Amino acid sequence: MESLIIAVLLAMMAVVTVVVAVQRNLFAVVILAGIYSFLMATVLVALDAVDVAMTEAAVGAGISTVLMLSALYLSKGEEMKPLHRPLLPLAVAAATGVALVYGTLDLPAFSDPRAPIHQHVAPRYIHDALRETGVPNVVTAVLASYRGYDTLGETTVVFTAGIGVIALLRRLRRLKPEPEDAR
Amino acid sequence: MKDYLVLRVIAKLLIAFMLLFALYVQFHGDFGPGGGFQAGVIAAAAIIFYGIIYGLPAARAVVPDRLVETMIALGVLIYAGVGVAGLVLGGNFLDYFVLAHDPVHGQHRGIFWVEVGVLITVAGVMLKIFYLFAGRASHEVER
Repeated sequence: MESLIIAVLLAMMAVVTVVVAVQRNLFAVVILAGIYSFLMATVLVALDAVDVAMTEAAVGAGISTVLMLSALYLSKGEEMKPLHRPLLPLAVAAATGVALVYGTLDLPAFSDPRAPIHQHVAPRYIHDALRETGVPNVVTAVLASYRGYDTLGETTVVFTAGIGVIALLRRLRRLKPEPEDAR
Repeated sequence: MKDYLVLRVIAKLLIAFMLLFALYVQFHGDFGPGGGFQAGVIAAAAIIFYGIIYGLPAARAVVPDRLVETMIALGVLIYAGVGVAGLVLGGNFLDYFVLAHDPVHGQHRGIFWVEVGVLITVAGVMLKIFYLFAGRASHEVER
């Protein structure tokens, strides 16, 4: 039953992807991208990855849709016709996709308990996280404590992204001062 | 969108719950799904929602630019500060065990502050990006 639900959701995501590629109206594309993220979040819930699902729903479907819409507000609503025939890029993308699928054939089966990734540090996290950190949610324990360095790096990446956007858009604004700035 | 009465009323009702939900996600992250990142995005979404309905100047009056820019840096500083606190108290960088007499309490304390740092930075960055994008079209938004 669960795999059926996931298969249906993945099929819907594939349909959305094709429509996004074909659609020229950018507003529709942005909304479809939001729908794609919601479908992905639902798949993640079905896979019991609630933390990731929550992030996907909040960031992918929520914030990025709003940001894309506000960017769209500054540009035209229709995508231009491509200058070249898209056959070569399509072939490259298809070949890459086939290669990736071929690569997954060598991976251990999904949720195989003997997979290498479940043999390394995962047992320690699952058995000792509650005793060592006192946090019942293993994801939070790993994210904030065991892998605190990684999360610090992640926060720095978000910080850098914010600084980059400020640097880019502020400069443009200075060239064309707007009365709204005076407040 | 200032003329839509229904949107304005519903927004006013919802925003309080959105912020409350952000706090729930933040402080319940130890027990359920969630944490600083998700909570920061939800909190920013509440303010962005307010900005979309009531106009950018209204949002900027509630959360001014200066505060948002301070938040962007402050969150990372809090996070790194927890690490430095671990160093000062005799552990390694980002060692939480030394933050309290009981190692598990120290872990709790460390995780709490680290998540607060993530929340502040993420919320600040999301808000700032929205402000900048929306501000570039402000001559039309503000009508």
